[in-house]
Amino acid sequence: MKALSGFKGLASRARVAWLLVAVILVAFLFYVIEEFGLSPVSLLEGGLLAMTPLALTAVGECINEKSGVVNIGLEGILLISSVAGVFGAELFGNGILGLMVGALTGAFIGFVFGVVSVYGRADQVVAGMGINIFALGFVQYLLMSIWGFPGIHLVQKRLMVRPIYTPIGQLSIVTIFAIIAAGLAHIFLYKTVLGFRIRATGESPEAVDVAGVRVDRVRILSSTLGGALCGLGGAFMPLAWFGAAVKEISAGRGFIALACVVFAGLEPLLALAAAFIFGFAEGFSFAVAVTPGVKEVIPFYFVNMIPYITTLMIVTIAIGRKRFPKASGVPYRRE
Amino acid sequence: MKRFKISEVHIRPFIQSGVGVLLGLLLGALLMVIFRYDPIIAYYWLFRGAFGSISDIMETLAFATPLMLTALTFAIGVKTGLFNIGAEGQMYLGALGAAAAAGAITLPAGLHVAVATAFGMFLGALWAIPAALLKMWRGVHEVISTIMFNWIAFHFTIYLIIYYFAEPGRAEKTAPALPGARYPILMEGSSLTAVVFVAIAFCIGIYIYLWGTKAGYELRLVGANPDAANYAGVSSRRVMLLSFVLGGLAAGLAGASQIIGRPPAWSLYATLGNVITLGFDGIGVALIGRNHPIGGMFAAVFYGGLRHGSRLMEYRAGVYSELVRAISGLIVVALAIPEIVAIIRRRFKR
Repeated sequence: MKALSGFKGLASRARVAWLLVAVILVAFLFYVIEEFGLSPVSLLEGGLLAMTPLALTAVGECINEKSGVVNIGLEGILLISSVAGVFGAELFGNGILGLMVGALTGAFIGFVFGVVSVYGRADQVVAGMGINIFALGFVQYLLMSIWGFPGIHLVQKRLMVRPIYTPIGQLSIVTIFAIIAAGLAHIFLYKTVLGFRIRATGESPEAVDVAGVRVDRVRILSSTLGGALCGLGGAFMPLAWFGAAVKEISAGRGFIALACVVFAGLEPLLALAAAFIFGFAEGFSFAVAVTPGVKEVIPFYFVNMIPYITTLMIVTIAIGRKRFPKASGVPYRRE
Repeated sequence: MKRFKISEVHIRPFIQSGVGVLLGLLLGALLMVIFRYDPIIAYYWLFRGAFGSISDIMETLAFATPLMLTALTFAIGVKTGLFNIGAEGQMYLGALGAAAAAGAITLPAGLHVAVATAFGMFLGALWAIPAALLKMWRGVHEVISTIMFNWIAFHFTIYLIIYYFAEPGRAEKTAPALPGARYPILMEGSSLTAVVFVAIAFCIGIYIYLWGTKAGYELRLVGANPDAANYAGVSSRRVMLLSFVLGGLAAGLAGASQIIGRPPAWSLYATLGNVITLGFDGIGVALIGRNHPIGGMFAAVFYGGLRHGSRLMEYRAGVYSELVRAISGLIVVALAIPEIVAIIRRRFKR
């Protein structure tokens, strides 16, 4: 056990080193931006906007995977809840309620996924992929069946969730919530009884079962919670960011969030940091795409690749011997 | 194997797939009822549109051709213990390669088809290699890397089309394949071309390779039991690379089949509109076909039928055609549950 804790310390030291590297990189980027005449404030705003869905999704998935349930259907949950969020906002005439509808939709899909993987003992990777495929078709069906127009639906201006003006620029309340949620998730996982049970369920479901805790309920609960956070991130995209529900609105964000989770080794606070790096890369690409002097030289299509290339690079460099829960993705069968 | 005997082991996959498909269709009907469509009318037109006449069946086969190949990409991955969902990006590159070779150079008629096909497959395999290398060297999980490469391929292919391969004067698509680089159309007025035979031959070839050769056995051994494979001296890294390359060849052929084997476009649109999501659909098809090259062919005909029939369903019953993709996702979720048949049997006995 002692050897293990030593190893853990080493791993976290390496993580801190990587975080430092990331901070230096970001500082360097700011310097470049200053040189090219981009506004750092608008860049930070863009980065924080792009961070929000990634952070919410990644934090949710951290909780989820800690309990031993791996959901790769995040992309699909983001897609469906974005449309559900817009529908909810129009139904209740209020953007905030729309966000809640999105979160509820995500929670429902997470709940179904939990039931399927706990009671159905499903292959979680296959079931998650099933959610992604389902979402791809279902979202287009929804857009067509509800609004009768293929592929896209614009959100009315009055339904958008307005940003708050702060000293560091405009911030969405969802962004602030995402940052708080990462902290709360950390406290929840490490300081509360239920958090301890979630972590124990991922490590050794047998022991948890013997101790009289219902493994099935813990896993379904954490899957629902993870789905709810992901759903909020999904509804955030049309209602507080893009202003439209589009059939491919998630654009790989579910998988980038998975990369955040892998990078963070299931730690919510590190997942938030990773989400900021990835989100910043995306915000950077948006800013570069419209900068005079740059947009003529670098084709728009290469700028579009920045988030994906960043993800690949960071995952490639930073991946190491991350310790994942022993029972990760393994269905628990009661003897 | 002494004598071929049909035991329960052989039938079970068919029953499971059948139950999964039925459940998917039932849930799909529920989705129709929620939006006040009539599922019985919709399904009638769906299946009549898919298999109602000879020309419809030909069209269904044309839809099935690329799907059986992208399904093969995923299936080879699963047989080697990999979750390779990169068929989408590899397929884009394959389509681009075929379009470039078929539209930009001139060769004798028969040779030109072969060169365009081979170049598409080559580019597909080439695009699969980085994900394999990242997995081998750094242990990057292929679910993340292949998705990222899919998105990079999406933007990269569009860039190449617009900047280098666009038809002069028309930036929205590549120069069309020269008549000598096209697969012959099998029946006047249908979209089915001889490329379907290439696809079927490729699937059967991979089946023979996996189950009939030593190298194929090593591939499956790594997938079934990595420890045993390691103990037997099989290099799991080499197998991993081989699996990705074979998958890339299949995906590249799938992309090529849509350019030089599918009228009326004979070219690749700059939106990638005529190939997009074929790779993703292949994942569902592979899972319905139990990750088997031959099973994937039957599943591709089924799903190809849904895609073709959905157009008539949309026209006659008003149900938007994309619902069939949602149904295939539901089928996949149902198939992920290993004991679904047992669970249903128990419910009915009660």
